[in-house]
Amino acid sequence: MARGLLVRLLAIGVVAGVFSALFGVGGGIVLVPLLLLLASFRPHEATATSLGAIAITALAGVVAYALRHDIRYSYAALLGVPAALGALVGATAQQRFSARSLTFGFAALLVGVGIWLIVG
Amino acid sequence: MSVATIALAVALGLVAGVLAGMFGVGGGILFVPTLVGLGLTPHHAAATSLLAIVPTAAVGVWRQRSYGNLRARAALVLGLASIAGVEGGVRLALALPDHALRRLFGVLLLVVAAQLAYRVRSPAARYSETP
Repeated sequence: MARGLLVRLLAIGVVAGVFSALFGVGGGIVLVPLLLLLASFRPHEATATSLGAIAITALAGVVAYALRHDIRYSYAALLGVPAALGALVGATAQQRFSARSLTFGFAALLVGVGIWLIVG
Repeated sequence: MSVATIALAVALGLVAGVLAGMFGVGGGILFVPTLVGLGLTPHHAAATSLLAIVPTAAVGVWRQRSYGNLRARAALVLGLASIAGVEGGVRLALALPDHALRRLFGVLLLVVAAQLAYRVRSPAARYSETP
């Protein structure tokens, strides 16, 4: 990995972590646009790589919370099992999108979340 | 918990998962309000949401890897840096007023969305090398 890219990725990761802790949004909403705009990732790579980063961050969070007995496991299964199935469908469907439509779709998602944060 | 409540939770989980797989987000943005709606405290909802995110992201990553879209080393760097960022963010969150910041972040997301939409209008967006 080129040094310039490594430095950018480190900065993007830290920023995503800070924002997700501050606003309770997952890192993905920050990671994906930063990977697109600052690290020149292709849209399909940005979304895939963001999921990889989220898996690592979430796992670390799970360990920390589990030690403090803050996790309600049955509730996590209630949402996590259908969501895993949904992720399979979503990731498969994504392959039919062009880079352009995926970027537009993500921009639309950002608009939705942005409005929700402003109004909510 | 009634059958209708369970069905609604499963449906919301499914929708969150589709969004997660499609757009590379974790799904927490839908998980947390759903869990609060089911009666968990915001703190327990945030913790429980993280566990629901793990299988969601893992399945998405596994699928994306088979399509050759995953840049694994980049994901590792981002994930580890993000853990450090969360540590800092938690401290910052305790020191700063919550509401104005939330709105500001909302506005920032709208600006970024406009930037993305503008960018795809240019015919040949340049991408960095895939290793």
